[in-house]
Amino acid sequence: MRTFYVTLKYIAVTLWSMFVIAPFLWALSTSFKDFNSVTSGATYIPWVDFEPTLEGWRVLLRSPAQGGVNIVEPYLNSIFVTCFASLISIALGTLAAYALSRFTFKAGFIRNDDITFFFISQRIMPPVVLAIPFFIMLGKLGLLDTLFGLVMVYVVLLMPIAVWIMVDFFNKVPIEIDETALIDGCNPYQAFYKVVLPNSIPGMVVAGLFCMIFGWTDFFFAFILTFTEVQLLPVAIVSLNSSITPWWSLSAAALVSVAPLIVVAFIVERYLSKGNLSGALK
Amino acid sequence: MNFKHKYMFLLPGLLVLLGILIFPIGFTVRLSLSSWDSFFPGLDFIGLENYVRLFTDDARFWESFQRLSFLSITTVFLQYILGFSLALMVWKDIVFQRFFRVLFLIPMMTTPVIMTVIWKTVFHESLGPVNDFFSLFGMTPLWLSSEGLSKVTVIIVEVWQWTPFMFLLLLAGLLSLPKEPFLAASIDGAGPIRKFVYVTFPLMAPISIGAIIIRLIEASKIMDTVYVLTSGGPGTSSETSSFYIFIKGLREFQFGYSAALSLTYLIIMIISLTVIAKMLVKLMIRS
Repeated sequence: MRTFYVTLKYIAVTLWSMFVIAPFLWALSTSFKDFNSVTSGATYIPWVDFEPTLEGWRVLLRSPAQGGVNIVEPYLNSIFVTCFASLISIALGTLAAYALSRFTFKAGFIRNDDITFFFISQRIMPPVVLAIPFFIMLGKLGLLDTLFGLVMVYVVLLMPIAVWIMVDFFNKVPIEIDETALIDGCNPYQAFYKVVLPNSIPGMVVAGLFCMIFGWTDFFFAFILTFTEVQLLPVAIVSLNSSITPWWSLSAAALVSVAPLIVVAFIVERYLSKGNLSGALK
Repeated sequence: MNFKHKYMFLLPGLLVLLGILIFPIGFTVRLSLSSWDSFFPGLDFIGLENYVRLFTDDARFWESFQRLSFLSITTVFLQYILGFSLALMVWKDIVFQRFFRVLFLIPMMTTPVIMTVIWKTVFHESLGPVNDFFSLFGMTPLWLSSEGLSKVTVIIVEVWQWTPFMFLLLLAGLLSLPKEPFLAASIDGAGPIRKFVYVTFPLMAPISIGAIIIRLIEASKIMDTVYVLTSGGPGTSSETSSFYIFIKGLREFQFGYSAALSLTYLIIMIISLTVIAKMLVKLMIRS
């Protein structure tokens, strides 16, 4: 009976692993194909099924004038917007979460929980609800199609995540830490900066990872709020998906764009196995 | 602690969020009372006309909403079953434990819209590998262009993309469970199935509820997948609410009407998510 369960478990895990890997393998194989190997039906193994070429990868580095698709600039834009928006969100989110976890707020019927809910509820908002007013607002401010405008929008998307994770985290950091610091003669800001902050780095790392995941993978706002001047990576790649799709460069670009966040998977797993994540995710 | 300091911590974040959001939200409310479209741009006042039209003369919106409910409940249900099973499998007693954990997390780290473009080539009806396989049996299912199957394709892609998130939340929960109840169950001679039914599942109920609600919130925004895979087609057979609002607002430029749609949709979402949360709490705590 026991061996039966174990066998079943390994079969299930293997099947799911294959399902997870399948699209990546297909993309990898496709990225080495040319027009003929794509349009003559599905082929899988290079040299056996088709003659591999590096064209799909070379196109990515060439400028559009030479018939390439420049994804270097969108790549840098994406990194800039994601990192900058994540940093702002974590800085402001951590401060707000600290306040919500340590002090009591009361204004009419509004309590701490209501303020926390206000922050988190921004995730319920479907992007499409905000897209049109953002479009008009950024247009009026002259920020449409600029990196700064995107950072602003992304802060709204990411700050709720930072607040959600950090409130939970601070609730688990014993309040005695702050009190000892205050007794030792720190003012509240010093207590926060010198004592609480160094103890919150694991929480901030987790919050940062989640901000980066959701910032890097967002498509909709970048799609609506930028046109030609500034392009983010997902938009640049999806725009390759036109009527005559160059599957080879599309696959290569997709793999390149997905690569950096796979590192994040390793970091998340480390936090998970050390047990640091369970506190931060509930 | 001093009274004034607490605001110094809270206000920067709160004010930035409010500052960025107050205009969009206020403007949406005002916009929903106007007839702003591409022919007559401008904020006139037409009262509740948009809302009347929405409730009496827009079957397409309500259909898209039903479809969204079906799609998000189905995908989240599948993700929960699969995510929980996977989390249980790599929880303990498995070789290459860390390898499998990392591997199972990877899909959620990838950009949904980009992976959907890849999936679209996978499901391509004449050139993709899936139909290459089915052609061995002389079949060519229309994954993207038939009414029933296009929904299945959307569900498969959503399950691939987001099961890892469910898996992550549930595995984090499993790893934080206390050891004593399991020891007690072992001493009483409970097998793996009884252990799961009487110990693991009840202990995991609060975490399960949280995970399901978070996923329902995110799933209700399904949009990228539909946009790339089917563009809502064939006809309107895979159109979800977000996508319909997107078409009205940013394809047909009926800003006023789409604002009314957005607000109605938002209110329905908040109410139904609250109700679902309450129901889940009742169901899972009792069992």
